[in-house]
Amino acid sequence: MDTQTLIYLFVGATFALYIGIAIWSRAGSTSEYYVASKGVHPIANGMATGADWMSAASFISMAGIISFTGYDGSVYLMGWTGGYVLLAMCLAPYLRKFGKFTVPEFVGERYYSQTARVVAVICVIFISFTYVAGQMRGVGIVFSRYLEVDINTGVVIGMAIVFFYAVLGGMKGITYTQVAQYCVMIFAYMVPAIYISILITGNPIPQLGFGSEVIGTGQSVLERLNGLGAELGFGAYTDGSKSTIDVFFITMALMVGTAGLPHVIVRFFTTPTVRDARKSAGYALLFIAILYTTAPAVAAFARTNLLTSVPNTAYQEVPAWLTTWENAGLIAWQDKNNDGVIQYGPGTPFVGAPKFTDERGANGERLLSNEPTAAATELYVDRDIMVLANPEIAQLPGWVVALIAAGGLAAALSTAAGLLLVISTSVSHDLLKSNMAPNITEKQELLAARVAAGVAIAIAGLFGIYPPAFVAQVVAFAFGLAAASFFPVIVMGIFSKKMNKEGAIAGMVVGLTFTFGYIVYYKFINPAATADDWWFGISPEGIGTLGMIFNFIAAILVASVTKAPPEKIQHLIEDIRIPRGAGAAVDH
Amino acid sequence: MSMSKEEAARGYWRENLKLMMMLLVVWFVVSFGAGVLFVDQLNAITFFGFPLGFWFAQQGSIYAFVVLIFVYVWKMNQLDRKYDFHEE
Repeated sequence: MDTQTLIYLFVGATFALYIGIAIWSRAGSTSEYYVASKGVHPIANGMATGADWMSAASFISMAGIISFTGYDGSVYLMGWTGGYVLLAMCLAPYLRKFGKFTVPEFVGERYYSQTARVVAVICVIFISFTYVAGQMRGVGIVFSRYLEVDINTGVVIGMAIVFFYAVLGGMKGITYTQVAQYCVMIFAYMVPAIYISILITGNPIPQLGFGSEVIGTGQSVLERLNGLGAELGFGAYTDGSKSTIDVFFITMALMVGTAGLPHVIVRFFTTPTVRDARKSAGYALLFIAILYTTAPAVAAFARTNLLTSVPNTAYQEVPAWLTTWENAGLIAWQDKNNDGVIQYGPGTPFVGAPKFTDERGANGERLLSNEPTAAATELYVDRDIMVLANPEIAQLPGWVVALIAAGGLAAALSTAAGLLLVISTSVSHDLLKSNMAPNITEKQELLAARVAAGVAIAIAGLFGIYPPAFVAQVVAFAFGLAAASFFPVIVMGIFSKKMNKEGAIAGMVVGLTFTFGYIVYYKFINPAATADDWWFGISPEGIGTLGMIFNFIAAILVASVTKAPPEKIQHLIEDIRIPRGAGAAVDH
Repeated sequence: MSMSKEEAARGYWRENLKLMMMLLVVWFVVSFGAGVLFVDQLNAITFFGFPLGFWFAQQGSIYAFVVLIFVYVWKMNQLDRKYDFHEE
């Protein structure tokens, strides 16, 4: 069978599987819809959390980002895993004991305030939509690259699938679909990684191959990368270019932001017991770590391969994958000095993203209409190539390519579904049932949740079809805002009996306003600002950490001069601190 | 054990906080310590083909995080039993 047929087959089969699971696990009550009746086994919940967490960006782009930034890419590796330690120890078991459905619900009850709850709902909706826009775009891109359909058609197909299993199955359907999606995506990620590792180092375990010698050179992978890079004028792969304080703040913001993301937190509401909530945080991180420790190895292998086979090679002699992906528009070469040889070095070869004309140059390359830059480098490489082109670089059979397509879709769809569920739950449970229409029956609430999910999917789809130009830039928002708002409020709600309504609201407002203001100023109002203009050298990506600190300070100051929380709340805190007693983890 | 529920809850919480702080110190040291603040010094050491600081930043810290959570799970289960707060 040819590769194209295999791709249709694999993608079709996985979609049929997801739909089958959705029909089998459709939800009949709000408890099933919101938290899968709190009956999810910790291993299943760990896998579902892994799939929920690892998005199209983790699957497709992360290895590429690390490949081009070397040590600097570590912020994502540490930041997107270390948050689970905080989650497991500071949040998950206590929120599970609290035993309700949503994060705003906890904020509202712990701080005995509808205002706090509504502020929390607004944060949830903003954070989740920011995130979901990127996922829908990811679905469209995978479709257009592999299934030869238009990006917009791809987005619509993706919307239809998510609509089907999220609306029908709610949390229950999503959870079991995500378990399947985790298996698909981890298999799709590991197979090419293992082959590439064998090809370059002879070691089948990528994590170990990463430290081994490159076959036939006597040098370790990293020595060789540093050496090859230095010849071409790049900085050492193992050294960063960001300042230490910035690396510190970005890593912290990503960790704390991870622990504060509502779609991740809510996964720990679905386990049967407090003990299972702790355990499933461990499994979740284990399953995530498999991909996250492989990604930097893939990044190093792919870069070694790029630097050995492409620079200073005549265009007509380059490996076939380069021209394949040039045809797909992810690689571009502008022969600035007309020597027919590819020069590659630091900097960008031309201004902006590649704009291909329909003509071919003297060597058969695709011509570009972009303005060249003064830099000597001639090659443009899209970072996504580092994962997408792997099967061809390692000369793997067609079914592996098909697997990558199915895996990329699994990664994007699973994250999108988790986010959409959180949005719909916030609307039906936290806005409608608790605020606007408290008298609706459970059936009506369930219907409202489904309608809200449908509307949210439609909006997310629109973001996918008409992506706002700032999508990539607002991701910093999602983490920064989660770090500066939810994390401190929830942690203080559990660990301090003195924290009161006034303190929590003041903290959230200060943390949010500061972080929001800083990001908007440096990203949109004054994008020309350089690192010298940043406060203490902290980039907008890392400012959520400072926002979090301000949140803590403001909350503690305000709480110390206002009234202590009522006795009822003090008892509530004592209850959630112990797994059993005074109301065991209940079924609501 | 013949302590009141309240005393038990206080003792449980104190031990829980102590465990949590200890594990969070390790969490900080393997990531922010070895992978960020002291990365340059550690890079002078070679560890299985890696500069050590770089290894912590891209591999070691992640392994440590996984181990930390499972140690926490294990210790907390013990603590739950000791103070009779375990479920089932």
